[in-house]
Amino acid sequence: MKVLTLNFLSCAVKSCKSSSDSFPLHPKDAELVSDDVELNQQLLVNLLPRIDWNALRTTSTELGFPQLPEQPPTAEELQADAKMLKDLHTLLMETQINEGKLVCGHCGHEYAVREGIANFLLPSHLV
Amino acid sequence: MAISSTAPSALPSSSAADAVAKLTAAGAETETEPAAAEAEAEAYERTHVHCVYEAIAPHFSATRYKPWPAVGSFLRAQPPGAVGFDVGCGNGKYLGVNPEILMVGSDRSASLVALARSRCKELQNRQAGAAAAGTGGEARGAAVATDVLVADGLSLPFREHSADFVICVAVIHHMSTRARRQDAIRQLLRCVKLGEAGRTGGQALVYVWALEQGTSRRGWDEGGEQDLLVPWVLKSQQKQQKPPKGVKGEGTGEASAADKSGEAPPTPATAAAPEPGVAPSHTDPVFQRYYHLYRKGELEQDVLAAGGVVVSSGYERDNWWVVAANGLVAHERR
Repeated sequence: MKVLTLNFLSCAVKSCKSSSDSFPLHPKDAELVSDDVELNQQLLVNLLPRIDWNALRTTSTELGFPQLPEQPPTAEELQADAKMLKDLHTLLMETQINEGKLVCGHCGHEYAVREGIANFLLPSHLV
Repeated sequence: MAISSTAPSALPSSSAADAVAKLTAAGAETETEPAAAEAEAEAYERTHVHCVYEAIAPHFSATRYKPWPAVGSFLRAQPPGAVGFDVGCGNGKYLGVNPEILMVGSDRSASLVALARSRCKELQNRQAGAAAAGTGGEARGAAVATDVLVADGLSLPFREHSADFVICVAVIHHMSTRARRQDAIRQLLRCVKLGEAGRTGGQALVYVWALEQGTSRRGWDEGGEQDLLVPWVLKSQQKQQKPPKGVKGEGTGEASAADKSGEAPPTPATAAAPEPGVAPSHTDPVFQRYYHLYRKGELEQDVLAAGGVVVSSGYERDNWWVVAANGLVAHERR
């Protein structure tokens, strides 16, 4: 699972949806792999306004990446900054959680990630 | 959605017919506890949907490689940078259609999701290769942003109102009560962005099988039974290598035909109606999948019941489709 994808996921438990603690999910015991992906500058710039920046800062720190700036870059800033483009590309597009868990900060439920695929099926008592 | 008592049952066995009848009663009447009815519906779908797809995943996937033209057009019409979810993505055939957007697919079947992931990886490598070789891949962007995960359509893990659009193709007709089908649509609408002043919200494109299939060989039509078990004959390896019937030609109808290949029409007399022209071997296992066939207007009703707004709707090759939006606007959020 890409770090980019994690930015669009919250806990699958319905009663958690209204809690701000259910997003972002927190990686635990995460084994990361890096895919070699061609940089698509335009796609990154276009995706930027859809990304929850605060959540991405949290995820980035939790995965051991350097701290992201407090404010997201504007489209112009990102296009003009080759290093930031490369860094964001590496973090969002290339970095994958291959094994580990994703933990909800509200209910504490842990979702397993195996071979790069997160499983959000819930045990019956949580449905 | 009562089981017809006069028309010959299209269900392949009386026990299956009883199961559907019981289930229908459980969904429609109040005599059963709601929680018990829900558990019964879940158990039924586990047997007649989830377990079937787990078992037939590779064969099913081999017959599902051509996107439906109208779904492809919907995806290609999305603006660059759009974020979309494909709920019930199966083998992921829609994930790479538009390389300028992020597509995240989810499916209840882990086997199908694993196939979808392999497909995404292949696509990514192929595009990277094309770009590296300078064969024109770079102009369209080599990085195909796709991802997949395992999730139930009634308990989706997507951040609320974060998607520009959602697609849900040939999924909701597998839910065995009307309440569950409407809830599935409600979950799709929770994914898409709410409208704001001067901006429309995100849209959900939903396809379901139609009852009205007068021109198809399956023989279903208006007035017929809506809740059916449809057999899937799992062909042996050798037969699986053959191209599915009806996909050799070109034209808009072919993908639809390909979409249904491998599915045999239900007949009252035989449990496993074979694919026309293909003699089933005695060793070919048969799986029964539950379908609710939508009648005209029913899908729009379900969208309204789920709190949605119908943006557009129509019929295409044995399917009803609808483009729905969330009925709420941003300032009405709690």
